[in-house]
Amino acid sequence: MGLGKFIERLLQLIPVLLGVSIIVFVMMLFTPGDPVAIMLGDQHVTEELENALRHDMGLDLPPHQRFFKFLSNALTLDFGLSYYHRQPVWDVIASRLPATIELSLAALVFALVVSIPLGVLAAVHKNSLLDRIATVTSLFGVSLPGFWFGILLIIFFAVNMHWLPVAGRAGFESEVAPITHLLLIDSLLRGRIDAFWDALRHLILPTITLGLPMASILTRVTRASMLDVLNRDYITFAEAKGLSKTKILIKHALKNALIPTVTVAAIETGSLLGGNMVVETVFGWPGLGRLVVESIFVRNYPLIQAAVLFYAVTYVMLNFFADILYTMLNPRVKL
Amino acid sequence: MTTVTYWTGDAGTAKSETLFQRNMKLFASSRLSMFFLFITLGFVFMAIAAPLIAPHDPSDADLFRRLLPPAWMDGGDWSFPLGCDALGRDILSRIIFGSRVSIFIGVTVILVATTIGVLAGLAAGYLRGWVDIVISRLVDILLGFPYLIFAIALIAMTGPGLQNIVLALAYKEWVIPCRVVRGETLATSGVEYVEAARAMGASKSDIMLREILPNILSPVLVVSTVRMAHVIILEASLSFLGLGVQPPMASWGSMVADGRSFMLQEWWLSTFPGLAILLLVLSINVVSQGLRDAFDPRFHD
Repeated sequence: MGLGKFIERLLQLIPVLLGVSIIVFVMMLFTPGDPVAIMLGDQHVTEELENALRHDMGLDLPPHQRFFKFLSNALTLDFGLSYYHRQPVWDVIASRLPATIELSLAALVFALVVSIPLGVLAAVHKNSLLDRIATVTSLFGVSLPGFWFGILLIIFFAVNMHWLPVAGRAGFESEVAPITHLLLIDSLLRGRIDAFWDALRHLILPTITLGLPMASILTRVTRASMLDVLNRDYITFAEAKGLSKTKILIKHALKNALIPTVTVAAIETGSLLGGNMVVETVFGWPGLGRLVVESIFVRNYPLIQAAVLFYAVTYVMLNFFADILYTMLNPRVKL
Repeated sequence: MTTVTYWTGDAGTAKSETLFQRNMKLFASSRLSMFFLFITLGFVFMAIAAPLIAPHDPSDADLFRRLLPPAWMDGGDWSFPLGCDALGRDILSRIIFGSRVSIFIGVTVILVATTIGVLAGLAAGYLRGWVDIVISRLVDILLGFPYLIFAIALIAMTGPGLQNIVLALAYKEWVIPCRVVRGETLATSGVEYVEAARAMGASKSDIMLREILPNILSPVLVVSTVRMAHVIILEASLSFLGLGVQPPMASWGSMVADGRSFMLQEWWLSTFPGLAILLLVLSINVVSQGLRDAFDPRFHD
């Protein structure tokens, strides 16, 4: 793909991102209750002070001016003050972000590591017992409600077997000075094997819960595209040349069969964002998803709006990269 | 955005109704699909007839029955087969009544979303021009939000409740049938019988609704069923987070949430409603898979 096409696609993002921010802004406009009153809570202040506060927050401006203010503030990550934390909204979000990123990346890795071998083996041994098990498992994987599956995992592995911790991200004893804020990486960088082990143990159950639907979808995709590739002429040709089966599989088939898998994985990474809220709630994971859920109950609207905008922008960007990745991997597709 | 293709067939090769009927016969010939269709319909029956088949009133609390175990365990009582919750309410009756919420929301959201999505998709795909631009842009923008986040943000504004959940989910759900229908319509609008209808002077709405729509019913049906399973899980997730229907109304997601604090000892509180969700969603997914196989021309011969 040429640079021109890339820039063209990049420019196409602008109306989408603008539309997304308009929707978030409109949600904010229609949110019930006066922000100043919510922020003040039970405190009684003079009318002048209240008006000053309203002016400070830009609430006395007409809607279109408020929108431009909202947009320019958002570009500098200024989302105002979190009513509940009495801190800038973005600071609160940023403090919760690493936990969510770590969990999402772990789920992505889990899904890829499980689904690619399983999908390939199921396709190579079509209609075998393994193929059937893979099909049934992936059907269950997309049908399981994540919150319930997470609870079952806790009951079995944490409560009954005592193998893994019930909830949380890491014990107090395994705190390490942050570098990347991702515990698995930081503990290794600091040479703290005990902390790494502790973080890993906390990560296992939420990772499986979050990654299972994605693993199921990717298994199906990999199996289908592998079956498709194995029927192609160049595979038959390679077989006719007398190349070994493993060599054909790895050198010729896998390379092409994984294109759809990688693309779908990039798209589905976006949907991990949605799953985060449920999984983080079940496992007491101190991430952004749980923060959003908590914020709803304390009516912390500025934070919810900022988080929704943040999720949407991330989601749009992930889809964009999925698109680009697909085009780069698959030379037959023209943008 | 990358297009997900639900349907790869050539919709215009055979006469509409006969193709659809042939597909449905093929679907009915699969025993697995029919079995799970039967289970799905069983849930629908359960939801409709809930007051007649539930052994107890789902809101009838009695602290003497607090955390009563299932009948086959020590201390169980066969008049409360699946035990009782923390307020002494019969879990089986609550599951039976809870099916009403899941099925009502699943069906309503999909009906509303499919109607809007099909009409918008037909208009975008057939009329093209500015109609297509407006609809496609709106679709792209709505696709920019992760589903659950969008629904949660709307519910945070409007408050929980049955009607608000349906709206919160439908606002985004219509986008999916719309994209499928738009793509199918684009592929179909150049086909001979559409050209013929146009030459005979049929109006645009006639061509869209009488010529194109019957030919793209199969992919619409497949998408609706897959999405219904998805919507039911979303509703359960919202209820689990406390943003679904409000107590004392029983819903499967909130039953799992209520049972969570008792999971160490009284595992049945969360386990049974979760199983109900799994069974219903699994059944719909198998039915949907069966429909997809039946409609895919690659499987026909």
